[in-house]
Parts: sequence; structure tokens; C-alpha cells
Amino acid sequence: MTDRAQVYARIIELIEPLNPKKVALGENTSFAGDLEMDSLTVMDLVASMEDEWDIVMPLNMLPDLETIGQVADAVTKLVKK
Amino acid sequence: MSDLFSKFDALINERAGLLDLGVRDPFSIVMQQVKSPTEAVIDGRDTILLGTYNYMGMTFDPDVIAAGKSALDEFGAGTTGSRVLNGTYQGHKECEDALKDFYGMDHAMVFSTGYQANLGMVSTLAGKGDFIILDADSHASIYDGCYLGNADIVRFKHNSAEDLEKRLRRLPPEAGKLVILEGVYSMLGDIAPLKELVAIAKAHGAMVLVDEAHGMGFFGEHGRGVYEAAGVADDVDFVVGTFSKSVGTVGGFCVSNHPKFEILRLVCRPYTFTASLPPAVVACAATSIRKLMHAAPKRERLWDMTRKLHGGLKARGFRLATETPESAIVSVLMPDQETTVRMWQAMLELGVYVNMSRPPATPAGVFLLRCSLCAEHSAAQLDTVLERFEMAAAAVGLFAPA
Repeated sequence: MTDRAQVYARIIELIEPLNPKKVALGENTSFAGDLEMDSLTVMDLVASMEDEWDIVMPLNMLPDLETIGQVADAVTKLVKK
Repeated sequence: MSDLFSKFDALINERAGLLDLGVRDPFSIVMQQVKSPTEAVIDGRDTILLGTYNYMGMTFDPDVIAAGKSALDEFGAGTTGSRVLNGTYQGHKECEDALKDFYGMDHAMVFSTGYQANLGMVSTLAGKGDFIILDADSHASIYDGCYLGNADIVRFKHNSAEDLEKRLRRLPPEAGKLVILEGVYSMLGDIAPLKELVAIAKAHGAMVLVDEAHGMGFFGEHGRGVYEAAGVADDVDFVVGTFSKSVGTVGGFCVSNHPKFEILRLVCRPYTFTASLPPAVVACAATSIRKLMHAAPKRERLWDMTRKLHGGLKARGFRLATETPESAIVSVLMPDQETTVRMWQAMLELGVYVNMSRPPATPAGVFLLRCSLCAEHSAAQLDTVLERFEMAAAAVGLFAPA
């Protein structure tokens, strides 16, 4: 059983290496605005989350996921499916 | 009122910064005269063309030109209509017949550009509830086809059979799946391990579409593409291609043996809702495609010239994107944007045109000077090119220690 807190904590760990400017990470941190991630980095992050939880996160789902909190919600839902 | 253009400010500033260095804009070249498939006049200077994808040199083929002129006289300048209304002429059918013969397939559909062929096929084949599984380095037209459609989009690591397998395994077994591959990836010029990738796709019940834009004409026994050379023709459901590379004009197509293929003409929006190609263009394409069926000597020359350029650059210390020449694209790896533009400009001033490529068109943030070969390049031209590469590298200090 994976609960949301665990998912969130692991997502933070996965983002750290992609956060060279050491932006403070929180529920409302946004990928495009705060972390300034380009689309390729986002897709690599998605791939690492897919492998971490053995889930499928289709690319067309991404425009709705702007913040770390939203991604944690989406992953938690996919893991429970 | 907010200016809708403010979202482009970062790019506008980056460009301005680059041009302030005194280099010219690599994306606004004008070919004042085109003398042959390998020579043009740019800025009043005779220039060797080494970045045009004109692999088989068909743009000035006398039979192709004659067919185009005659169609222009007989059928006029344009069709003013969609393929499904008034825009299918005799020439469009003859062009599709030429494709069916070239590929040995039952069905062929001609689109107005290669971009539209991918846009149409990708967005139409996979619908809501289906999955598209595409290589991460896929061409923009494939990504745009995904965004035009309603399927769920899953990306796998470039050319990785293991990653494709892993991603297919996670999908519901009963769902419709389309795996999209390219024979040649045009940025680095590397080819796909189609034997492995297609086998995995088939094992998971997926249909397979292969884009052979940069492989048509000179891979495989009949020049059909990398998929033919890899021996997987029976397992490929759809081949997409273009007339703007080896065929030497403009247009796109898809060929297939699927028994229900013809229905696509009514449901594929980028096919239906645009004007068809002008008569002269389809006449040129049909003639060129039929000639490419018997182009073994040209294929040989193209591969000879590719090996000469790849080997020559490597011997002179340039870093290349592929260890061996895998396709007719030879990409030179560059350290950063400024050096790339300076080197590109030095080459142009020495009379050699190559493509400059930068992210996001390139994968993994690489900067490239991309060369593509033509069967009509002569060994003497390539000797000149190699000499000028050395001169340009010296002028910009490419090999100087940092």
C-alpha cells in the first residue's frame, strides 16, 4: 500500500537532481513557473515516475499537472488503480 | 491589453543576442539560384549544398522535369480542391499507383505534405481509449499528430527495445495500440533497431507505423526503407513517407495492406480538409518514384559519398553523432550555440551550406552541424567540403583547448 505522503516524499527525491537552482519544493511549486523545467526534462521526470511505481502516465495528462501536489495526487490515483 | 507576442520575448532576446555577435541568421537563408541538386547561389556566392535531404538528386532529373511540365500544360497550375471533392486528377491516381508498385502494397494515400501525412495517420488511427507508443526522439509531425488526436500518449526511450517492452507491458492487454517508429532519425542520422522493436510491438498486439522519410530510396533491396533492410516488411502495418527528400518534390503518403485502409480518405481530417497537390507535383513524384525503383547505381554512389564524408570528417578530428555512417545524414557534434553558429557561418562564407540544428529540434540539448549527402555529389566536391570544414574549424578555434 502506497499512501500519498510516501508518493509525495519520493517525488521530491526524484525532482532534486533536476533542480539545479535549489528552488524550495512544496505542494504548490510549479514545474514550468518555479522550477523552469523544459518539456524534455518534464518527460524524463515522467519516465522516472512511471518506472518507480510501474504505472503509465500518458503525456496528454501532463498539461493538467502544474504543481508537485497535483502530480502526487495523480500518481497516488494511478498506483491505487 | 496584454500583447499576445510577449510569450516569445525570451526567444526574441536570445536571437537578438546571437545576432549582436555579428553572425547572420541561420534560419533566413535565401537560395538566389539553384544550379543542380548540389549547387546553389547564396549571397551571390557559388555554394555546395550539403544539407538538403535531396538524397537521390531527383530535383533536376530530366524525365521528372518533363513529366511536371507536361502535367502543368495539360492539367493546369492547381486543383483548387480537396482530394475527396474535385481535387483528385488522373495524376493523383497515377502517383498512388506508383507508390503501390514501389512498396508492393495494396493501398496508397497521397497527402499534401509529409507533415500532414503523419499528422493525419497518427491522429486518425489511434482514438479515445487507444494508446500511441512513440519513440522519444520522434519528429515534430508525429508529436503534433498525437496532440491532434485523442489517444493516450506513451513515450519510450530512443531506440530502446527494453524500454519499449516495459511500457507496452504496463498497458491494458485489450486496448488498441499503435507503435510509431522511424527508420532513420534525422537529427543524429542514426537508424532504429527495427527487427527488435517491431518484434516486441507485435508480441504485445500493437499495430506498427514506420516513418521512412529519410530511408526511402536507398535502404533495402527495393529502396523501400530501413524496415525493408531489417527484414520486417510483413510485420509493419503502415509506412509513412514524403516526396520532399529522395523523391525530390513535395507531398506525403501512407501505404498499407490493411483491408479497410480506403476508409481513411473520409475520416482523416488532414487529408480531407485541405487542397490536393498541384498536377505538376504529382506528375513529378510519380515519375521520380518509378525511376527510384531502378536506381541501384545511384544508391551505391550515395553510400560511397556518405562513407567518404563520414570517414573524412572523423579523420580530421571532428566528433560525429554516429560512430559509423548509418544513414545519408552525417551530423557533426558542436560544443555550444555560439560556436555552432560561428562555424556554420564560416562554412557558408567558404561556400558550403549545411544545416544548423539546435534544441528543441535536437534530442538531449545537442548542437549540430548536420550534413546530408546526395547521390550527385562528386568526390571532388567532398574533397572541397572536407578542406573547408578544416578551414572553418581553424577560423572559429573549434579544436583549440578550452
